[in-house]
Amino acid sequence: MTENSFLPFPVKITRIVNESDCEFTMTVAARLPMTPGQFFQVSLPKIGEAPISISNYGEDWLQFTIRAVGRLTSAIQNLRVGENLFIRGPYGVGFPLDKLCNSNLIIVAGGSGVAPVRPLISQIVAGALPVKSLRLITGFKSKESILFADEVAEWQKKCSMTLTIDKPQEGWTGETGLVTEHIRRLKLDYPDTFQAIVVGPPVMMKFSTAEFRLLGIPVHNIWVSFERHMSCGLGKCGHCKIDNTYVCLDGPVMNLSQAATLID
Amino acid sequence: MNSYELTRSNFAALFAALASRYRIYGPKRFAGKGRFSDTDLIKYAPLAGPDELELSEKSSLSPKSLVFPPDETIFHFNENDFVAPKPADDREIIVLLRPCDINGFARLDKMFLENGGQPDFYYERRRRRLHFFMLECRASFENCFCVSMQANSTDNYAAALRFGDENVQVQLKDERFAGFFAGLGRGSDFCPEFVQENFKQVRVPAVDTMPAEMFTHKLWEEYDSRCIACGRCNTSCVTCSCFSTLDLFYADSRQCGERRRVWDGCHLDGFSDMAGGHSFRKNKGERMRFKAFHKIYDFRRRFGFNMCVGCGRCDDVCPEFISFSSCINKVSDALKGGGKP
Repeated sequence: MTENSFLPFPVKITRIVNESDCEFTMTVAARLPMTPGQFFQVSLPKIGEAPISISNYGEDWLQFTIRAVGRLTSAIQNLRVGENLFIRGPYGVGFPLDKLCNSNLIIVAGGSGVAPVRPLISQIVAGALPVKSLRLITGFKSKESILFADEVAEWQKKCSMTLTIDKPQEGWTGETGLVTEHIRRLKLDYPDTFQAIVVGPPVMMKFSTAEFRLLGIPVHNIWVSFERHMSCGLGKCGHCKIDNTYVCLDGPVMNLSQAATLID
Repeated sequence: MNSYELTRSNFAALFAALASRYRIYGPKRFAGKGRFSDTDLIKYAPLAGPDELELSEKSSLSPKSLVFPPDETIFHFNENDFVAPKPADDREIIVLLRPCDINGFARLDKMFLENGGQPDFYYERRRRRLHFFMLECRASFENCFCVSMQANSTDNYAAALRFGDENVQVQLKDERFAGFFAGLGRGSDFCPEFVQENFKQVRVPAVDTMPAEMFTHKLWEEYDSRCIACGRCNTSCVTCSCFSTLDLFYADSRQCGERRRVWDGCHLDGFSDMAGGHSFRKNKGERMRFKAFHKIYDFRRRFGFNMCVGCGRCDDVCPEFISFSSCINKVSDALKGGGKP
């Protein structure tokens, strides 16, 4: 009998943290094997289902950081601790931990793109994934839209980190400007020894990866993560197909050598 | 493998015997149900007898709905449980269909059974109940280009049928049906033939890698204005397999409801929309390019053969008279120039 992969299972909500005016992080109790960069199909019966990336996980819990901008995500925002969320997964290809291990790593993430790289950053700063060096650049629209503010302070202690907002803002004393400007300022002595990860909106990924190429990082060392509409996560519904690639199966994390050839 | 020649009345007896055990589907005419007034609709439906089989015209809808219904409940839910519905009728199905559509099923099998390494539960349980009785197709209908797509012939059938004025020739490949033929008709040396020439020919591009210029080529601009995003080409296509899921709940019990999957298509608005406002392929020409390359290029890169089977239904049903076969030829012509406009 073929397994029915479309049936979700309930997971109990144990914690909800508001990250910004419309973003929140929901912790649920679940004991599942997963890799940073993978995603789940998250459901609310009566409303629908959408792919949401894992924003952190432990042995018996996992988190989703969700922006309430649609019907489903707004309905999820109305859930309370103790209620159930419904999920199936994990799906997709995550970050290539074997290649990142013991590398000089640069991670650039913009806006809600910080969520999928957060489990990776957590593992590195906790020492679970050893790297030679970690350089982190995160960018947000404004100081109000900064995600994971509490953790950022900890990350800053453990690695070289730039947190920037797009434009100067009253009361903001930190870095400003798009992440691309901060990538341009990086001084890399042996660029071919670096691995780079870029996650964010399509335009930001396009220009950030171009900056990395200008810095001399080989295309095979650059990784991106795609976001697409999906109705199954199983390579059947067709929504996430780009060329001969299915983002749900062959991604969401892809090497730039593959990603750069894909035209929607 | 045996062949039989049956009189029409013998064939009716065979049909009745098969119908006692199997559901029999085939192309059927629905008078007055066509798109325009006084036109008929031909689609796949259960056949009460051999007389209901429509052989003189092509069906505007394909038999894919037998394995992939336009609208299917994938599970019922209450507050905590999800239950997949049991099939309403678990009898096996004999479907009478043409070689192009049999080849269409081979494409659907790639997507639903193989892609992602995990068979689709709902497709698989319908697909394994299906037996192909091939309708021999020796003459082309309008808009067919199956020969160019190398989808005009197949050996994937349980039985093949040729309908003559007085008799029906049957070649039986699947021995499980042999009992039904006992005492009916006489042996023959019938072997099905396949159409060797269509009125339309297409030149399928043989490129391994589509030049990037072809994605933005000006040939696609024509479809920006002509295509109205009705999605008829998607729904009529035997190989289009995209779907979306849709939840609904019952007015008198708001905790209970169901999740359905419904046909979706790359020409339709909203196909690539994501929460927050991102979407891809806003122009109709981009959607035409996405579909065309899937049908004649990138499916082949993934699975080894082209997706389009050349049934020509998309050309039959397009309200704007867009011809996909012409589009394929335009792509090939543009490629000769290296994709330069």
